[in-house]
Amino acid sequence: MTKVKINGQIVEVSAEPDTPLLWVLRSELKLIGTKYGCGMALCGSCTVHLDGAAARSCITPLSAIGEREVTTIEGLHGKEADALREAWTDIDVVQCGYCQPGQLMSASALLQKTMDPTDADVDAAMSGNICRCGTYPRIRAAIHAAARAMGPRLNPPLPLK
Amino acid sequence: MANLKRRHFIQYTAGAAGALVVGWSFLPPRQRLIPGDPLPVAPGQVALNGWVKVSRDNTVTIQMCQAEMGQGIHTGLAMLLADELDAAWDQVTLEQSTLDKIYNNQAEIVDALPFQPDENGSAKRLARWMTAKLIREVPGAIGTGGSSSVNDLWLPMREAGASARAALIAAAADLWKLPAHECRAESGRVLHPSGKSASFGDLAQRAAELAIPKNVPLKDASAFQLIGKPVRRLDNAAKIKGAGIYGIDALPAGLLYASVTMCPTVGGKVARFDATAAQSLSGVRKVFAFEPYAAGLITVGAGTGGVAVIADSPYHAMRALKNVTVEWDHGAASNLSSEQILAGLAQTLDSKSGYVHYEHGDVDTALKSATKTISAEYRVPYLAHATMEPMNCTVQFKDGAATVWAATQTPAFTRDAVAKVLGIHASKVTIIVPSLGGGFGRRTFMDYIGQAAAIAREADGAPVQLMWTREQDMTHDYYRPAFVSRHTAGFDAQGKLTAWKTTSAGSNMGMPDILDGSIKGAFDTGYEFPHARIAHQSVEALVPIGIWRSVSHSHNAFFTESFIDESAFSVGQDPVQFRAALLAGNPRLLRVLQRAAELSNWSEPLAPAPDGAKQARGLALHRCFGSVVAQVAEVSVDLDRKIRVHRVFCVLDCGFPLNPNLIRQQMEGGIIFGLSAALKGEITLEKGQVQQTNFHNYAPLRMNECPLIVTDILPSTEHPQGIGETGVPSIAPAVANAVFTLTGQRLRSLPLKLAV
Ligand code: FES
Ligand code: FES
Repeated sequence: MTKVKINGQIVEVSAEPDTPLLWVLRSELKLIGTKYGCGMALCGSCTVHLDGAAARSCITPLSAIGEREVTTIEGLHGKEADALREAWTDIDVVQCGYCQPGQLMSASALLQKTMDPTDADVDAAMSGNICRCGTYPRIRAAIHAAARAMGPRLNPPLPLK
Repeated sequence: MANLKRRHFIQYTAGAAGALVVGWSFLPPRQRLIPGDPLPVAPGQVALNGWVKVSRDNTVTIQMCQAEMGQGIHTGLAMLLADELDAAWDQVTLEQSTLDKIYNNQAEIVDALPFQPDENGSAKRLARWMTAKLIREVPGAIGTGGSSSVNDLWLPMREAGASARAALIAAAADLWKLPAHECRAESGRVLHPSGKSASFGDLAQRAAELAIPKNVPLKDASAFQLIGKPVRRLDNAAKIKGAGIYGIDALPAGLLYASVTMCPTVGGKVARFDATAAQSLSGVRKVFAFEPYAAGLITVGAGTGGVAVIADSPYHAMRALKNVTVEWDHGAASNLSSEQILAGLAQTLDSKSGYVHYEHGDVDTALKSATKTISAEYRVPYLAHATMEPMNCTVQFKDGAATVWAATQTPAFTRDAVAKVLGIHASKVTIIVPSLGGGFGRRTFMDYIGQAAAIAREADGAPVQLMWTREQDMTHDYYRPAFVSRHTAGFDAQGKLTAWKTTSAGSNMGMPDILDGSIKGAFDTGYEFPHARIAHQSVEALVPIGIWRSVSHSHNAFFTESFIDESAFSVGQDPVQFRAALLAGNPRLLRVLQRAAELSNWSEPLAPAPDGAKQARGLALHRCFGSVVAQVAEVSVDLDRKIRVHRVFCVLDCGFPLNPNLIRQQMEGGIIFGLSAALKGEITLEKGQVQQTNFHNYAPLRMNECPLIVTDILPSTEHPQGIGETGVPSIAPAVANAVFTLTGQRLRSLPLKLAV
């Protein structure tokens, strides 16, 4: 049994230590909001937070988590998350939505570090998350809108007709 | 433009078939309001017709027969019904429909008939009428594809809403002993000027007891509350909480997981395997080989066999598979190479002139007498769908019945495929369709469904979720076929295009020439050529091939719109002016072209890119799925000779725009999907094995490569047309055309790569 802190709670999981966190979440804990896309840290669908930093759960074995707190899309909350979800709704980012838990995890990690991200910041933080439906222009606009909603900002958002 | 050869054939066959069924054929098409079996209802709920139920608590539950795979169709269809019903938008919920024939997708099949869009002769009308009637009768012709859903359901779902509203009004009139025409519906209530008012929930039971009103007049467009408005998506709220449920999220009690490894050679199977090591690992339930499963009735390329592990978790299953040693029977495709296939297609064009799909005038004589001619050869590679959610299917087979959780575009085919593998009647199969994590055509195929059923048969009644790894998904797709196309154009002394001759070669998906869909987007361009011959030579290989978002338009737009651009430059004309001259008789396309030129400031100089690199514009115009799109791409080249697309202007005429917000989403998504293919997409095979395995070597566009996209939807009051695939085809030629203007290099094969 391994003890892990997930979404504010300590849970005991029976998975073997080499099990990637993704499968611990999905099949043992039934936290199915975190998605599988590639298994090789190439797509970002499985993104969670480890102590607030974005991490790819598909390549993170259970044994590597240690004391760090895991946050999944189900447990994502707070000022940044609220602002992002509101912007995601206003701008209607989602298409199939499969990549979106990962996109929101990456975007909220970005906003926690960088209050007022530039387009280059968005590129750096978000380019590891593939969206096959092509929601990138709206994700970019929504991140800027969320940042603006949380306080004064320097970079004007891109126009989106 | 007439297509005489094809027209004669269809007239003949339609006439012969018509004679046999003459009585039937003059009956009106089957109604789509009331299903064969009444809708199942929950306590406190009644069905007012086959499309909508109302509950005592005032919930309006709309039946969804189409798959939500990102295109926003659930929101769009709900708008149609809710608007005519005068429901409040927040009382609407959605539910998967049954597989009744009223939900059959007529438009998808009828619009796939090989006619010129502009033709309106009696043969075309008869063939469309007969096909529509036929599709109404076929059990299970339910499907989401061909960008057809709104086109197909625009009237049926509005009529269902209007009928239900009339029933609720009749119930109120009956209750209040007042004339129905004095009552009206608004936001989920029926109101009378006297101040009387009742909710739909209060009236539903009484409404259901009255006769179902038919032929109720539909709203005038001026009265629409939802239709035509940029309504936000209904599925957004769940999906941003991680609560969207996809195929891989099926969680029946006692769920087991399966992982498979298929023969790396397409169409191969297992010769022998040794699972001793795997079987002793923890969490492993069963290891066994399975036969190849067919993807459908008429698909090119066989299914592939492999070994499956059933285990307690996906990880246990995947880990165990690595410990299985398999000896493969590589089968007939073991020498297959995509490079050779493409070389073979080019060779074919040396000797074969192809099946003629469109002929007008005398192109060979016109070419001989032309003052100038140009010729070019174009190529496109195989492409994978790479949906974000890999193929998966969950099946429980217990007591002679099956329950299937499948993110599929074709639920009735799925039901039938499972029934066939398990040897049970289709009525013993229940299909649950969750959200699809992308479809793009891949989820119309049954290969992984058959596998999942075969795996469930080994699980002693437990539900098993089969999920392919990304590697299996990428190497065992049903790929967009590769094509080679040769083009010749002739011009007179004034630089006017007089002759247009194209012949392509490649798979037509196993269809007879007469029904060949691989020519769509080439033989039905809107341009008027004085002399033309447009032909296709079907060449099949052993590569599994399938429909890929925008199907044949994905390559034919690249060929046609690149070569039109070459034609313009070869006679020193502006590409917009040159196209406009060929569209004098086609005002719909001309309007889109002109608006795109205006929106993109076509005739103004273009400022450099942010890093100072020179930029150029390229344009493409294409008609598909009933819609017309023009795109202008602004492109530069970086120091590594990499092509970058900074902005794309997209102008669209899609008939009446049901939801401008969803339409813009689809244009953005379509452009990015098309751009991924144009700049990076290529599947290659060596020794029958697909070389690309994951997103590092088949790489979709990423955030840092994504252009800014500006979409303009032209107003129209015509019947709504296709959206989901329409944004894809034009972007590759628009970018290639910009690259030519920028560098002088005419790139004639995809993905676009500049010579270094
Ligand atoms: S599944 Fe982890 S990055 Fe793709
Ligand atoms: S919304 Fe479908 S993959 Fe991103």
